[in-house]
Amino acid sequence: MGELLRLESVSRRFGGLQALADVSLSIGTGEVLGLIGPNGAGKTTLVNVITGVHRASAGRVLFEGRDITRLRPYRTARVGLARTFQVVQPFPELSVLDNVRAAALFSAGGSMREAQRVAEEKLAFAGLSDMMALPAANLTLAMRKRLELAKALAMHPKLLFLDEVNAGLNSAEVEQAMALIRQIAGSGVTIVLIEHLMKVVLSVSSRVVVLHNGALIADGAPAEIVADPQVVEAYLGKRYAQRAVEAAQSGTTR
Amino acid sequence: MTGHVKRAPSAALLVALVALAALPWFGESYTLRLGTIACMYAILAVSWNVIGGMAGYPSFATAAFFGLGAYTGGVLLARGVPLVLAIATAGAVSFAAAMLLGWVLLRLRGHYFAIASLAVAEVLRELTNSATELTGGGMGLNIPLELGGGASVAYEASFFFLAMWALLLVCVLAVLAVERSRLGFGLACIRQNESAADMIGVHATLYKSLAFALSGVFVAMAGTLYAGWVHYIEPPDVYDILLAVKPIVMVLLGGLGSIIGAVIGAFVFLGIEEFVWRNWLQVHSGVLGFLIVVLLLFMPHGMVSVGKRLRRTPSVPAAGAAAQLRADSVRGAGHG
Repeated sequence: MGELLRLESVSRRFGGLQALADVSLSIGTGEVLGLIGPNGAGKTTLVNVITGVHRASAGRVLFEGRDITRLRPYRTARVGLARTFQVVQPFPELSVLDNVRAAALFSAGGSMREAQRVAEEKLAFAGLSDMMALPAANLTLAMRKRLELAKALAMHPKLLFLDEVNAGLNSAEVEQAMALIRQIAGSGVTIVLIEHLMKVVLSVSSRVVVLHNGALIADGAPAEIVADPQVVEAYLGKRYAQRAVEAAQSGTTR
Repeated sequence: MTGHVKRAPSAALLVALVALAALPWFGESYTLRLGTIACMYAILAVSWNVIGGMAGYPSFATAAFFGLGAYTGGVLLARGVPLVLAIATAGAVSFAAAMLLGWVLLRLRGHYFAIASLAVAEVLRELTNSATELTGGGMGLNIPLELGGGASVAYEASFFFLAMWALLLVCVLAVLAVERSRLGFGLACIRQNESAADMIGVHATLYKSLAFALSGVFVAMAGTLYAGWVHYIEPPDVYDILLAVKPIVMVLLGGLGSIIGAVIGAFVFLGIEEFVWRNWLQVHSGVLGFLIVVLLLFMPHGMVSVGKRLRRTPSVPAAGAAAQLRADSVRGAGHG
């Protein structure tokens, strides 16, 4: 498995706030990496730094061995990075089809006709074929999330960041979204999944990293991560972490 | 499948515009003068619509482009350069200046961009004032343009009307082409959500600068024609702030983002302006302002929206149909 993305000691400050502190991380081609952490841990900032929305204050970002630390978002979009937004960002007045068409057109630089074909294909995949002619503003939240997904996929990404695609969805919709994510991963796209729902992270990810106060505190298989006292502490506080450790010990001695 | 723009109204617009070319065979000199100004106003409005309506950046730089074009072309004309060459040069200079300026100014958004663009005309006005050798400074610039073989006043009126009309036609065709192009599509994305546009690979700075430059190039050409037409220009006349404000009002009157709306808005604006000026000479600008406020209050989406509303009323409202579709799909998803 080759290395697709590599972060070398990436830091980002916003004034006095250290949003990311010395983050080093390697993501291999074909991985589904779960990126978790409490609110404000710096997950979205990390995606913003990688995609060029914010520039790293220090450190380097390498994509396929190429330094992309200083590339602006429209350039990272063209080298193969795509993302969905935590807060969905459609072009509200454009039709659903045109939303996806724009993504295909501007990221790849092909013809309008080619963009149209790609857009229709991705909309079918996301189950939005019947909505193509509607303005994006008319969609429900669940559909807008799927539209985000179709837009990101139309960019032919090598690396796809899914930022809270399941937030605000009901359980049936989450099931649908998970099925879509598995299918995308199956097609060979490397995925970084930012997620609050542990059920989703644990069932979909091949590896999980935990961000806390801007620093990576754990990296491993999903089952190891949930058992890591440091991770439990980050989420629930020290007291619960101790209690969890004690519970685990008493469980083994009994 | 529909694209991101509708086609039918633009065909109607082109037919109406072509018909307008017959004016010299029917109108007297007053009508021709009015027609020339109408075409000039329409050029300003259609141009502003590119940056203001399509890209969503409220530019007040129209006066700057007009003045720049009037003086670039005017200086050349005064030195005997042929009219066509002077117009082309003014267009090119304005395009280049706008690209450079846009690259810097368009990093600002909303009100900040508006104020910065407003300052451009003031800077150019001062430059023009101080470059006395070249421009005549505050004394103004005489432009003795020879149209060839003892041209009569009537011939000159027809000539400048047709020239301005042709420029409007070229301007409308160019902007229609832009609206249908990759650039127009990208601008629509930028207007609706600039950071999302950036994220899908739209080079926003380049596209916005191109939009700004396009909003300047035909205005500058119109400035040169204006200079040749009136034979005398001075800084307060061609850098007039009203030249920046009027196009915005015209576009808002017609309907923001619509090319046909911009043309209609320009013609209607001139009609109101002329009517008010004739009847209330002493207080005309006050009455004009009042009328515009009333019109905008009652037609916030411009005159093109009135047509749309009339067409929509008898059928099922679009929002209802959308809600229906949405309900269907939710049911469909539940079964899946």
